[in-house]
Amino acid sequence: MINKNFFFKGYRSIFTHDSPAIALTFCFIAIGALFKNLGFNIQESIFSTVLTYALPGSLVMAESMLIGASLLNIFLAVWFVNARLYPMAVSLFPLMMHKSQPKWKYYFSCHFIAVSAWLIMKSNYKKIPKEYRIDYWIGIGSATVSVSVIGTFIGFSFSEYLNKDMMMGLAILNPVYFLCMMVGASKTIPVTLSVLLGTILGPIIYLFSPEWSILLAGVIGGTIAYLVGEHSVS
Amino acid sequence: MSANIVYAILVTSLATFLSRFLGALTSQGIKETSKLFKWFNCLAYATLAALIARTIIFPAGVLIEASYYSRSIVVFLSLFVFFISKKNFVYPTIFSAVCMAIINNYI
Repeated sequence: MINKNFFFKGYRSIFTHDSPAIALTFCFIAIGALFKNLGFNIQESIFSTVLTYALPGSLVMAESMLIGASLLNIFLAVWFVNARLYPMAVSLFPLMMHKSQPKWKYYFSCHFIAVSAWLIMKSNYKKIPKEYRIDYWIGIGSATVSVSVIGTFIGFSFSEYLNKDMMMGLAILNPVYFLCMMVGASKTIPVTLSVLLGTILGPIIYLFSPEWSILLAGVIGGTIAYLVGEHSVS
Repeated sequence: MSANIVYAILVTSLATFLSRFLGALTSQGIKETSKLFKWFNCLAYATLAALIARTIIFPAGVLIEASYYSRSIVVFLSLFVFFISKKNFVYPTIFSAVCMAIINNYI
């Protein structure tokens, strides 16, 4: 089963001085208020946060519902936006694989792949013995999901007190928080270059292909950064 | 619960879980020291950076109503706060929300 020590160590990792808990809570307050404005009830809002647990995906769902998109359109739009979760999973799970751990833990915990949890794990995995990294990861994921649910509940309950300026403040908070985490994580040449090229190429490619911009920028920028990194090592 | 909303939530979560599950499934044969792993690591960071840049420059939702200049000012000032606060994530994040609300209201 799950090692409690490492699970709670992971759970507590969001209560540090530079914790993502505050930013995540505010982001999900905005989502909770948005859900209420869309006509969701409290159960549906929390159900959505727990099952989806990805801010861009929830936003795309909300926008698609506003324009009356079909379920197939919602599926494709969300899949496109959340396709980034695939390389995130592939670049994280090999760090946690251990033969003593059952497979179900990996399949279950892949649900926790999201930017904040992923960046926390990437910054801390070296401090955790490989055998117990999956338990630590489940702890981080459980904590970030708990915080998201609390944020959704607060946002839903107090949506009538949030005016447009406050909603705008909450909306900018999420990209700024992720941007700071990405800049903080840029400690090697390949990662720094990946972040830089992704930032430049994303908006440029968006001008030509809005749907594919994130994936194309990721593949082109990431591949160039990888090749430069390999070249600098050799 | 309304059936349409529940179906939309289920479809959204399925579309999201698919990428996560496929990632977990295919990563089983990949070693953390392999070139493939390093390449995927670069792809993940570049994709995330592209998503963040797109959210700031071509936003969706309520952020559309904030001008490009106000969004840029908030981001640059927040990065400044990030560096002077010794790379603390909390201060620039809270600062960005307050700064955006003030700029939109008074400037």
